[in-house]
Amino acid sequence: MTGERTAGEAAPGEPPKPPERRDPQEQHRLDERLKSFEGRTAVADGEGRDPVNEPMIRHWCEAMGDTSPAYPEIAPPTMLQAWTMGGLAGHPVGSTRTSAYDELFGLLDDAGCTSIVATDCEQEYLRPLRPGDRVRFDAVIESVSPRKNTALGSGYFITTRMDIRVGTDLAGTHRFRVLKYAPTRRSPRPEPSPTGAAKAARPRPVVNRDNEGFWEGVAAHRLLLQRCTGCDTLRFPWLPGCGRCGSPEWETAEASGRGTVFSHVVMHHPPFPAFEPPYAVGLVELVEGVRMVSGITGVPYDKVRIGMPVELEFLRVEDAKGSMELPVFRATAEEAV
Amino acid sequence: MTVRAGDALPPLRVPITRTLIVAGALASRDYQDVHHDAEAAKEKGSPDIFMNILTTNGLVGRYVTDHFGPRARLRKVAIRLGAPNYPGDEMVLRGEVTSVADGAVEVAVTGANGIGNHVTGTVTVRLPDADAPRTDVPAASSAGPAVSAAPAEDPR
Repeated sequence: MTGERTAGEAAPGEPPKPPERRDPQEQHRLDERLKSFEGRTAVADGEGRDPVNEPMIRHWCEAMGDTSPAYPEIAPPTMLQAWTMGGLAGHPVGSTRTSAYDELFGLLDDAGCTSIVATDCEQEYLRPLRPGDRVRFDAVIESVSPRKNTALGSGYFITTRMDIRVGTDLAGTHRFRVLKYAPTRRSPRPEPSPTGAAKAARPRPVVNRDNEGFWEGVAAHRLLLQRCTGCDTLRFPWLPGCGRCGSPEWETAEASGRGTVFSHVVMHHPPFPAFEPPYAVGLVELVEGVRMVSGITGVPYDKVRIGMPVELEFLRVEDAKGSMELPVFRATAEEAV
Repeated sequence: MTVRAGDALPPLRVPITRTLIVAGALASRDYQDVHHDAEAAKEKGSPDIFMNILTTNGLVGRYVTDHFGPRARLRKVAIRLGAPNYPGDEMVLRGEVTSVADGAVEVAVTGANGIGNHVTGTVTVRLPDADAPRTDVPAASSAGPAVSAAPAEDPR
């Protein structure tokens, strides 16, 4: 046929993969046999299952969001193929597809090409279809490509051309190309689903020589700060030296656990597997004067307010990686909603 | 409405919902399981259900007739599919007039989703001013006022 393209182009996305190992002679014989179907009739005088009708036009327009007032007085021209479809029940056996068409598809199924996907559709509309029109159609197998490797899998592009008539009028032509292929196994598409999020483990604290004292405190349900012994300045997070005077000498000081929300954000995006958005993250100013980033509990994410009093609590987390405890801050009773 | 080669159509954003995919498949009488059954789609190597070509065809046609108005008539729609339209994605249709001759306007259309180009195609549409002598358009429109004004005033 004219207009035949490099069929591999139609593969969604990627460059062609190297061909799979097959017996070249056997492959050649199959390709030749498939090629012999070109020019054969695929459908002989098929009949539309329903006449062109307003309900199907309306359903189509609803699905497409097409509000054009031109319909349903005429059918949307792009419905052309819909009038030829067999639907769930299919066309009555033997009424539409020829044995050539079934034989071609049978050969491809036997060759492992059991899946099908449409790649091209070219339609010309010569006469509008109106409710009451009864369509009849004929189709010919225009071309069968050699075996191609595509992103979906290896297979054959089959092009058919259909003429759709109403009485003796040619209403439209419909050229359709499908890829009949052997699917490549692939890993499931990753998607950030809320159910998956609940199962993912939370990230663990990174405990090192500089901050291990803090985490030992948490384990004992004590919130420990550092106090510089050179200048008495409290600091958090834990660091090896004083940010004010530079002294490496320090001692621990236990925080009371009371504070206020100094600032906060609500996380919506990007989703992180262990957390289900939206959720609030607060910057809490302790009464001792230092600030900590932590979760705010006991209040909906959208009720967290700057200046809201909060109190330390320890959150026990049990998940796929085991259990741990984390210091978080609960909105105190009088503020909780 | 003066149409010139190089004119861009305003983009149309189409959220790809499961509902759209299934509604489009059923409205087009396409009961292939890959368009409504996620498990069956996975069995066949696809990560999820995906939009059928008839729905894409319908959306591309609608995109062009939305722009040129209800009295413009589609003459030809030729599309090629690339990256599938999976649920949760969004497709943005864009079009550019590539030629205007004797009232027939050719528009190059692309529909990009989050993976790549879902569709590339060419649509030929006949504008109503060239349709005056035709007999296949509804009587109301052939008797209408100056035909060139109709599509330009379409608020969409």
